[in-house]
Amino acid sequence: MSLRRTPLYDAHLRAGAKMVEFAGWEMPVQYTSVLEEHHAVRNDAGLFDVSHMGVFVFEGPGALEDCNRLITNDLGRIENGRALYTVVVDDEGKVIDDVICYRFSPERILVVVNAANRETDFSWFRSKGAELRDDSDRWALLALQGPRAQSLLQPLASVDLATIRYFRFAEAHLAGKPAIVARTGYTGEDGFELFCRPEDAEALWTALVQAGARPCGLGARDTLRLEAAFCLYGNELTREYTPFEAGLDWVVKLDKNDFVGKEALLRQRAEGVNRKLVGFTLEDRGIPRGGYPVLHDGREVGVVTSGTMSPTLKKPIGLAYVPAELASVGSTFEVKIRDKAAKARVIETPFYRRSR
Amino acid sequence: MAQTVPQDLKYTKDHEWVRREGDELVIGITFFAQEQLGDVVYVELPEVGAEVQAGQPFGVVESTKAVSELFAPASGKVVARNDELVDAPEKVNQDPYGVAWMIRIAPSNLAELDALLDAAAYQKYVEEQQ
Repeated sequence: MSLRRTPLYDAHLRAGAKMVEFAGWEMPVQYTSVLEEHHAVRNDAGLFDVSHMGVFVFEGPGALEDCNRLITNDLGRIENGRALYTVVVDDEGKVIDDVICYRFSPERILVVVNAANRETDFSWFRSKGAELRDDSDRWALLALQGPRAQSLLQPLASVDLATIRYFRFAEAHLAGKPAIVARTGYTGEDGFELFCRPEDAEALWTALVQAGARPCGLGARDTLRLEAAFCLYGNELTREYTPFEAGLDWVVKLDKNDFVGKEALLRQRAEGVNRKLVGFTLEDRGIPRGGYPVLHDGREVGVVTSGTMSPTLKKPIGLAYVPAELASVGSTFEVKIRDKAAKARVIETPFYRRSR
Repeated sequence: MAQTVPQDLKYTKDHEWVRREGDELVIGITFFAQEQLGDVVYVELPEVGAEVQAGQPFGVVESTKAVSELFAPASGKVVARNDELVDAPEKVNQDPYGVAWMIRIAPSNLAELDALLDAAAYQKYVEEQQ
């Protein structure tokens, strides 16, 4: 099967990107250096192509109710013009995907899903009787992230970006072309996610790069999100785990009307969880990586889901599922790295928090 | 990004280089290797006194995304290791053939070097990989 390409594929090649396969797409993993791209987002402004993500639309009377029945968070509690992070779970409460819903009105909800789950999510929603449309091919998505994102984007924007606060969005024009401007992101920095028409994507990309945004690949996207302790579907979130185990209690609104997975999650809430996702650092040398076993008293008791050498903190960080009794800050366990057991300590997450 | 392969070194197909200095061998990874890895953020090397075996792993380099084993081009005893790389792994990207040497060994069988690639053969091998 041939890999899919975003409308920015040629621009990536021209910028010298190293391309890799990701979820069936050919995507830039880095342009020059993951570390330089990482620091550009923390200190300046970085630009990501996230056009591979799926975009679904619930439209018409009952759109909000339809969508709300399929997610754990509550679209009924937010105003129009706001975005909502949530998970989608199955009847057992296990995570099918994590998504962001954009509430334009009760009659129009847009849902951005992970590229790898586009087909799965769509058929899942349909199997639950929802009316929706897959609009993924009608949108290109760019993420402009970093402390300088707003000042860099403002000259191109038809709206005052200061009025779009965190997790809100507006329909606007960027460089004269229709777009949705959302103050959301996956890096732990201030920034925007920009939806535009595929045919306008390259011009917008080029304008932002010329304004000073540094092209960034999936490599930096991963180290950035991990420092911010954001879950990645496929690593922290899978059909193995529930949102409570992943520490996403805040996106589960159990007092909401009936929704898929509610019974199972009510049960788990009452019974408590046996394992939890924690953030940790290593006290021995080494870098934790997804899949490495977690050991305690010589027994394998859990698994690392993601890990890296934090470019900002300059120390090893990771996320791991561990038994609930080892999940409090300060608890220690070991991570098996090749033939050694490296000492690990649970620390507060996010590992990195931007100064506001 | 083309880079000339130093003529005076021998190479493995795993992208390590080896330089003969008197009775000893200095070992590192090639420009191509560091370029494929991306930003190197961690290096793990054997203790001085450890034995390394030709073709067997003797250490690890890790970039932001990848973990890669180091394979010994020749057998012998480690007489020195480059501890500077512990605190400054980025040197592997900056100067893979120079300051970022990894270990120095007292070889047990110099004939093993004959099985390695010379610069021309390695250059050709790299071009085939790209």
